[in-house]
Amino acid sequence: MVCNADEGDPGAFMDRSILEGDPHSVIEAMAICGYCICSDTGLVYIRAEYPLAIERLKIAINQAEEYGLLGDDILGTGFSFKIELRYGAGAFVCGEETALIHSMEGLRGEPTVKPPFPSVSGYMGKPTNVNNVETFANIPVIINKGAGWFNKIGTEKSKGTKVFALAGKINNVGLIEVPMGTTLREVIYDIGGGIKDGKEFKSVQTGGPSGGCLTKKFLDTPIDYENLGAAGSMMGSGGMIVMDEDDCMVSIAKFYLEFTLEESCGKCSPCRIGNKRLHEILDKITQGNGDLEDIERLKVLSNVIKDTSLCGLGQSSPNPVLSTIANFENEYLAHVLEGKCPAGQCKSLVHYVINEELCNGCTLCFRNCPVGAITGERRVAHFIDQSLCIKCGVCFEKCKFNAITVN
Amino acid sequence: MDVINLVIDNKPVVVKKGTTILEAAKGIGIHIPTLCYMKLDDLNIENKPGGCRICVVEVDGRRNLAPACCTDVSEGMNVNTHSIRAINARRTVMELILSDHPADCLICAKSGNCDLQNMAHNLGIRKIHYQGEQSHYREDTSPAIIREVDKCIMCRRCEMMCNEVQTVGVLSAINRGFNSVVAPAFEMNLDHSVCTYCGQCVAVCPTGALTEVDETGKVVRALSDSAKTVIVQTAPAVRAALGEEFGYEAGTLVTGKLVAALRRLGFDYVFDTDFAADLTIMEEGTEMLNRLGRHLAGDKEVKLPILTSCCPAWVKFFEHHFPDMKEIPSTARSPQQMFGSIAKTYFADKLGIKREDLVVVSIMPCVAKKYECGRDEFKVNNNPDVDFALTTRELAALIKISNINFRTLPNEEYDNPLGESTGAAVIFGTTGGVIEAAVRTAYELHTKKELPRLNFDELRGMEGIRKATIDFDGTPINIGIAHGLGNARKLLEEIQAGKSEFHAIEIMSCPGGCIGGGGQPYHHGNAEILKKRQRAIYQEDTKKSIRKSHENPYIIQLYKEFLGKPMSEKAHHLLHTAYFDRTE
Repeated sequence: MVCNADEGDPGAFMDRSILEGDPHSVIEAMAICGYCICSDTGLVYIRAEYPLAIERLKIAINQAEEYGLLGDDILGTGFSFKIELRYGAGAFVCGEETALIHSMEGLRGEPTVKPPFPSVSGYMGKPTNVNNVETFANIPVIINKGAGWFNKIGTEKSKGTKVFALAGKINNVGLIEVPMGTTLREVIYDIGGGIKDGKEFKSVQTGGPSGGCLTKKFLDTPIDYENLGAAGSMMGSGGMIVMDEDDCMVSIAKFYLEFTLEESCGKCSPCRIGNKRLHEILDKITQGNGDLEDIERLKVLSNVIKDTSLCGLGQSSPNPVLSTIANFENEYLAHVLEGKCPAGQCKSLVHYVINEELCNGCTLCFRNCPVGAITGERRVAHFIDQSLCIKCGVCFEKCKFNAITVN
Repeated sequence: MDVINLVIDNKPVVVKKGTTILEAAKGIGIHIPTLCYMKLDDLNIENKPGGCRICVVEVDGRRNLAPACCTDVSEGMNVNTHSIRAINARRTVMELILSDHPADCLICAKSGNCDLQNMAHNLGIRKIHYQGEQSHYREDTSPAIIREVDKCIMCRRCEMMCNEVQTVGVLSAINRGFNSVVAPAFEMNLDHSVCTYCGQCVAVCPTGALTEVDETGKVVRALSDSAKTVIVQTAPAVRAALGEEFGYEAGTLVTGKLVAALRRLGFDYVFDTDFAADLTIMEEGTEMLNRLGRHLAGDKEVKLPILTSCCPAWVKFFEHHFPDMKEIPSTARSPQQMFGSIAKTYFADKLGIKREDLVVVSIMPCVAKKYECGRDEFKVNNNPDVDFALTTRELAALIKISNINFRTLPNEEYDNPLGESTGAAVIFGTTGGVIEAAVRTAYELHTKKELPRLNFDELRGMEGIRKATIDFDGTPINIGIAHGLGNARKLLEEIQAGKSEFHAIEIMSCPGGCIGGGGQPYHHGNAEILKKRQRAIYQEDTKKSIRKSHENPYIIQLYKEFLGKPMSEKAHHLLHTAYFDRTE
């Protein structure tokens, strides 16, 4: 039996907090699971970058052994169970169960085609049960309080609670645990305290790097597995990143793809090469060199990658691209048709221009420009040389007369 | 339930449970294109990582497309192998692979034999819609194999051969994502690794990423040098495969045309490695009888089983992995090296020329032979016994370059004295052949009686490890045969553990033996080709008037005129060798 503690999503630390805060919940659940499926060994595959979690897990295992809750003949029942740790080197793809198992076997962390599923042939060819830390942590409390109690929480199909790592442009960031069925609005505005600096909400990305970006119209959608899937995103690990009006959705898609591109194992061609090409096209668009055909190409290629990739990583990596095109097509169009980044994030497309009528020639921008792109006499309107400007935005921030505009 | 009913492209089909979609489709004549997938029937070799995704098909009710090579059929399945969705995906994946592959087909060593090129053509790719950055890696040249890593498509066939079949463990996937590629650990050079140069990676590579070192130019230069006498030897397995390069059916023997072609190319003498194979039997067989005799007489010091030592990849393998056992293999040099050694002494003397003015070229089914002839112990004053080893493929290229119409050539005979051989020698080309040849001679030398039969069917076949007991007129001799280094490893580990029951073991590195060597015409995953070559080898044996090595008149003459007797001091000096611990 294996506990998957290879938490690899950027910004997600639900499993780490459970392992650091209450490792016994996981140990107890693994022992229960072992008892149910007649397994005498549990392996925790944990990333080596979690030294504190590892230390506390070790302490907890020792304590459990001392109390006779792990080891031979637990509480005189005749049932024996031991837990060992296996360290991961921090490859995102090793969160995929077959890749995780290969990594534990000392092989390259690469997924293999399922079936056979690990439950039929897993670690060392033996039937293997793989569950996540959070799943395990739910077990003791369900056993203690009963399934009826647990089933009362949540929605009809998604029961219980879910931990989210709330991050991004939101006032209260951190881990939250909410009943399934809580709406995005409740999470973002009630628990999260709304958008930072009173800016406008634009999108929330759920499910980690391969989730989708949801818009305002989904704010009142109850969060559960079914609804997130139907909306073009997913629950994934429970990452939740909030974006405001200043975020460029093309750049966001590119950012996520950069992650999956690096974390692809490289085994199957669509994921290995396809994600690279998607990233190149997105990069071209953010540079202002894209055209309408590129948007079409992104859609076609994304669908082929989803349709042909070997594992969940490739099957979901184009989600940020597809969901941003579906929900923010106007932003893509602005980039390719007008050469504009509406959020002002794509530096290649941004131009800082001095409004001659508002500029009184105070020279503040001139003195602060790091590359000497601004020229002008005192008390005479200044001018920005676009060929020298590096678009750092210092002039815009320094100007006290709102004379500098971003195009 | 043991059978599954399904529908593929509107055709109902009933197959056994556990059949893949690919196999089920093949059974009803539907060819689903594959790229990384490779299966060599009867040799237990299969590569199906499910990585290339070219074989994807549409299955009703399934969310995504299914890779046909590694998806088992299920009851009621409805498969469409050429729906627009499947074809679009397949072509897009192909375009992606091509977008990260150098487009130098016109000058690539693999052009015309490239599975990727073929597939691109068959899928009708005329434009690559997804252009972008291409991967670049350092080219790696070793004594035998060149790695042009830019051309690697991550099919993992070489990795499977190197790790699972050969258990050598040099090639594996390194790096991640777009930078993933198959290479030795830390991207070290092959010649710094424990690579045996068996060339099975080259034999299965679908592209030009792995090829042999091309030495045809050096041979052409030697041939055009009037100061040099250039002689050539041809290994047994070459005659059973060269024809494939000229449109002959696999398994067509082209011995006579091979000789004629070499003569047209300008070689002064066309000789046969088979002659040296007979010589090997004399030496190795004598050594075997010697050790066996001592063993039967109760000598506890004698090392048994004796292992054959004809295969250079096998030699390098045990030097790396089993150096503690380097006293066990026969000390007999390989036929290639015995030939070179005799040519540059006995034959050079006959011609009255210095060894430096004699160039020995060998035509081999093998890439490791290139490495072998460069080993220091096979040189005298830095002059190698064998100057150049060309593969069967390189010879075919040379014939084509030289405007020789192979198919219209007459059948010609080898020259003497180093061209005469027996049926025992020709079967060196297949797994089981060396030991059968040794048995034919050892039996008669040991029992002083004539063999009641010449064909030892119990030693023949394609099974990875075979065993048989041969009755040496009352003395049972246990013989083991392994082909593929993974199988060899199993027998070696038995010896190490003191559990080996064998007196003698034959080992060949390549699956099938030399007929399946890394220098042979590409089999493209068709094991039937290897079996046909094997049949041809045994056919050549039965055609020979003399079928026992010790009856070769030129071998008898060689011992009389030059060597004295087998294992004589001179023979020891010229025909035997030592092995080295390469673990350092």
